[in-house]
Amino acid sequence: MSDTSFLSLENLTLAYGKTVAVEGLNLEITRGELIALLGPSGCGKTTTMRAIAGLMAVKSGRIVLDGRDITRTPANRREVGLVFQSYALFPHLTVFENVAFGLRLKGMGGAALEEKVMGAIASVGLTPFARRKTPDLSGGQQQRVALARSMVMEPKVLMLDEPLSNLDARLRLEMRTELQRVQKQSGLTMIFVTHDQVEALALADRIVVMRDGAIEQIGTPEEIYNRPASGFVADFVGFENIFALRDGHLVAGETEIALEAPPEAAGLAWRPAAVPLGQGPFAGTVRSVSFAGNRREYLLDTALGPIKTEVDAALPAQGLGSSVSFDLPAAAAAPLRRFG
Amino acid sequence: MMQRLLAPLTLGLVLLFLIGPFVIIVAASFSAGDTMAFPPQGFSLKWIAKVFTVESFRQSFGTSMFLAIGGTIAALILGIPAAYAMSRYRLPGAETVRMMVSLPIIVPGIIVGLALLRYFVIPLGVSITAALFVAHTALILPYAVRVVSASLANLRSDMEEAAVLLGASRGGAFFRVVLPNIRGGILSAFILGFVTSFNQVPVSLFLSGPGVRTLPIDMLGYMEIVFDPSVAALSSLLAFLSIGIVFAAERFLGFSRYV
Repeated sequence: MSDTSFLSLENLTLAYGKTVAVEGLNLEITRGELIALLGPSGCGKTTTMRAIAGLMAVKSGRIVLDGRDITRTPANRREVGLVFQSYALFPHLTVFENVAFGLRLKGMGGAALEEKVMGAIASVGLTPFARRKTPDLSGGQQQRVALARSMVMEPKVLMLDEPLSNLDARLRLEMRTELQRVQKQSGLTMIFVTHDQVEALALADRIVVMRDGAIEQIGTPEEIYNRPASGFVADFVGFENIFALRDGHLVAGETEIALEAPPEAAGLAWRPAAVPLGQGPFAGTVRSVSFAGNRREYLLDTALGPIKTEVDAALPAQGLGSSVSFDLPAAAAAPLRRFG
Repeated sequence: MMQRLLAPLTLGLVLLFLIGPFVIIVAASFSAGDTMAFPPQGFSLKWIAKVFTVESFRQSFGTSMFLAIGGTIAALILGIPAAYAMSRYRLPGAETVRMMVSLPIIVPGIIVGLALLRYFVIPLGVSITAALFVAHTALILPYAVRVVSASLANLRSDMEEAAVLLGASRGGAFFRVVLPNIRGGILSAFILGFVTSFNQVPVSLFLSGPGVRTLPIDMLGYMEIVFDPSVAALSSLLAFLSIGIVFAAERFLGFSRYV
């Protein structure tokens, strides 16, 4: 078996009753990779994760893990770990007993168990809390217990459901670093589900962008950020000016503008920072201005519809309603293979 | 002025009617006289002591204890899986089951008792004890299902999924994760069921036979013949037993969270 397909999802279709949540999904994941499933709620990312874990029946298709077809394997024999968004700790047990839970079921006990559990608890920095009941811990600590509880089982794949969404900003950064460290140290294959592009870009080796139960684009964070395949992905990663192309013309409602663009592109997208203000052939009026520290963000009313741009805050501010010129430089645009 | 007096007055009257009879009974049970009377004539513990010497009280106390404990355990054995299934799975007809289960609360006990006697005990020749056991189990079942359901509702189902992913079977997850976390609810259901069964009169009234009576029925019978304060003494003892149990439950388990 080639190392390029440690976990493969083959033509996977998942449904809740008659409602299809994921259709014909194909994905190959390499051993040791950190994958982000990124998409808005309802895109099927959590459903896909639950199917890999065995918590959701597969309608059709296959899941192959480490050369073994696990499509019909019960969840408790899949060797797959999952850190729930709510952490799902056992409140009647101590940190130690939470982490020991799976090992005890395997029949481990005595000094071997003690050593392994304490090792896992130490690896997430919770040694002083080992004998505490879990409800007494903070959210960040609880998450680390959940992480240790899954890691100690040495799963083939560890999945995390929205791992950072319940933490405050400071803890989020801390946990992000922690997850990366743990992953590099253990070489574990990890999949995490998120709706936050910043998390996905910062953490993942590869990002799988999902939409309406199908994969929209797979790529490295750089690829997703700089070369979104579609208007949907572009919108998701912060391109705010997205236009369709037809016969080398930018199309916005009734208006068409001739533009030099790659011949195969179906659309063009600009980040606000890629739209220069005060120069260029296009004209608009300022609808709103907002100050964002070192940048100033403008929303312009133009013949192309609303255009968002941001410029250095050191430049003099344009008043509301004033007429301004702007440019849409083709060289600064991301070409989209699909407009939608 | 009127309004300011009205609220405390109402409260006072409510408390009087709630607690008054209890105070009178307790006072009467310490009486030194030979008949139940209030205010009591003198003070003695002889009626309290007499309670323990009445043979039929001892027997019916045993019957009542057996019904309360056995019936509650049986109701929990039936009720816990029912509550669990209704909370975790979308079952066809779950609403109907929920309603059926609470029927014994709605249907007057006197009808349940009469029906059991007429269509269960007499035609089938079922013993009175068995009929009492069935009736009490059925009466406690609604409380068992409700109280356990309430504590299951507070328990997230992803905890069980986490247990399964750590290698537990579905059943293992139930016993290792669900059961320990609804322990408080189960104990509350037990206490509530116990008290309900122990104080049950209307159903038990129809289901008494030679030598088989629950304690409240026995007390009624005793009072028809003898009018000494020993029934008051017994009532006080039972009341304090109930209060003690509920107080301990509240103190150690937060009983009122579940009921």
